[in-house]
Amino acid sequence: MTDRVLLSIENVAVDLPTPRGNLRAVDGVDLKLNAGRTLGIVGESGCGKTMLSRAVLQLLPKKAMLSGRVMFDGKDLVTLDRERLRKLRGRSLAVVFQDPMTSLNPVLTIGTQLIETLQEHLELDMAAAKRRSVELLAAVGIPAPEQRLTQYPHQLSGGMRQRVAIAIALSCEPELLIADEPTTALDVTIQAQILDLLAREQRRRHMAMIIITHDLGVVAGRTDEVAVMYAGRVVERAPTQALFKKMRMPYTEALLAAIPKIDTAPHTVLPAISGRPPDPTRPLKGCSFAPRCRYALAGCHVEKPALTAAETPAHQFACFYPIGTEARVPA
Amino acid sequence: MMQQSAPSAEPLLKVDDLVVEYFVGGKTVHAVSGVSLDIARGETLGLVGESGCGKSTLGRAVLQLRPAVSGKVLFDGNDLTAMRGDPLRKMRQRVQLIFQDPIASLNPRRRIGDIVAEPLVIAGIKDPDKRRKMVCDVLSAVGLDPALVIGRLPHEFSGGQCQRICIARALVLNPDFIICDEPVSALDVSIRAQILNLLEEMKARYGLTLLFIAHDLAVVKAVSDRVAVMYLGRLCEVGPSEQLFAKPAHPYTALLLEAIPVPDPDVRPAESVAVGEPPSPIAPPSGCRFRTRCPRADARCAAEMPELRMVAPRQYAACHYPLT
Repeated sequence: MTDRVLLSIENVAVDLPTPRGNLRAVDGVDLKLNAGRTLGIVGESGCGKTMLSRAVLQLLPKKAMLSGRVMFDGKDLVTLDRERLRKLRGRSLAVVFQDPMTSLNPVLTIGTQLIETLQEHLELDMAAAKRRSVELLAAVGIPAPEQRLTQYPHQLSGGMRQRVAIAIALSCEPELLIADEPTTALDVTIQAQILDLLAREQRRRHMAMIIITHDLGVVAGRTDEVAVMYAGRVVERAPTQALFKKMRMPYTEALLAAIPKIDTAPHTVLPAISGRPPDPTRPLKGCSFAPRCRYALAGCHVEKPALTAAETPAHQFACFYPIGTEARVPA
Repeated sequence: MMQQSAPSAEPLLKVDDLVVEYFVGGKTVHAVSGVSLDIARGETLGLVGESGCGKSTLGRAVLQLRPAVSGKVLFDGNDLTAMRGDPLRKMRQRVQLIFQDPIASLNPRRRIGDIVAEPLVIAGIKDPDKRRKMVCDVLSAVGLDPALVIGRLPHEFSGGQCQRICIARALVLNPDFIICDEPVSALDVSIRAQILNLLEEMKARYGLTLLFIAHDLAVVKAVSDRVAVMYLGRLCEVGPSEQLFAKPAHPYTALLLEAIPVPDPDVRPAESVAVGEPPSPIAPPSGCRFRTRCPRADARCAAEMPELRMVAPRQYAACHYPLT
């Protein structure tokens, strides 16, 4: 079951026309996800992680140009007709967005929104759909679920709204759930609850899950595999344990080092990453991280390193002078 | 009066039993309910809590941007709550504010040079050459090249650079005290460290005292000498940063610490440490406001409001059943 490739992203690129020229948001990404597994996609704003997830869901902005293939369960989502795509989305391919206030319809009750999804995809009658809705709300930890059906999104707190969004996403037993920054808008104690809920439902339903986040802490204990993105490309990809044990790409290392940890002593100077990410409308010839990398050598600015594996095939990184090799000299 | 900081010098800021309320639709929002704290000269006090706990309201009430219902705010011995008009404006020049959203807090139609010079104009510095020199000095101090920056508009800068500009504007009058309200929450991880380092550098260079408001405990710990934890309008715990994080006495502090995702796959996230959600500040629970989510709460917690009491040297907690 878990050896079956559910999602295969093959050489996907997304281009957005802007007044300042073409913006390459995603630049040749290859990723695979097996059924029932969890993948974390980590990166800062503008790295292309959200555009990549939109490419998978076929929810890109109208002007965006997509190339490559997105194979989901043997079907290429890029060439699939609209009707079949619509049947697939919400049914076997579900999504939870960052802001539950904007992803829920403010003028429809919670019940209407849940029942609509259930009736659309599962062809349940009203009574069955209602029963199912109550079960789902209870499963995601919403107290007094019967009463909630008649409430509107604004009557719930941010955490409760995100639980409702998760209930809707889970309603048709999807095979893949994409959670795009599901807890960024929430407080830290609520964040822990929502992440626990997602992990529990993922295990219980054996569904595959992609968690998109800027926080390495969110993916550390809760994913099987992590892909780190920078300037539209995957720059390091590895099983979660292996990645945190031995980071090879200098960007991943710098990103982790720059986060203040709970055991950091007060007034320690944090190892900040100097500069900022490159302008995506002005692509660099060499490695995109080279201008900010403390290990970069002349060659890094000339040629783009490909994502390749070294010791183990599962651990890939895009760097000419990865951490842990002799040739590396801090500049 | 409780003495929280070193008793050697008079604190620069003393907040005494401050109460701030909002009135919304005929209902009272108890935003800050009787908070007392001291900040010593040269100290950084971190103020943490979840959204709606009143931490930003407290920051604003210190500056008198929000009128207090009762209580006092003593800044360098002067009661700001009793001051009006010119004397208050003069005093405010010594207290500056940095906000969460650096882009929204800069006027998009004004040039950076004018934005940073504005406090000087208000303070009555009439000589434009002098103003220009002060603006250039402070822009260099925050790591921006004045020649490249002063003629440009905010939209030409990234979030991190805009926050540097906001910091420059706060520093240009050489204040004594800066209230930083979530100064890095809107910034990316790689930029966050740059701004935190800059704040530390500026604190040393300008001899500042800081009130650092944030929801991220690790960020707060990185810059603070002492940390105050707030929940639903009240202080739960105050203490030296290292001590408070190593041995939290209030169950809410412990809960916050457990809820932080740790970037280490060997640290298994503790399953559902947090129970429920914070109640509404319109109808806060009786007694201890945290009791509805507290694993230790009993009848006494509902009946009796716990006062801040010393639980360890310099560490105070408002709990009937502290953890230490």
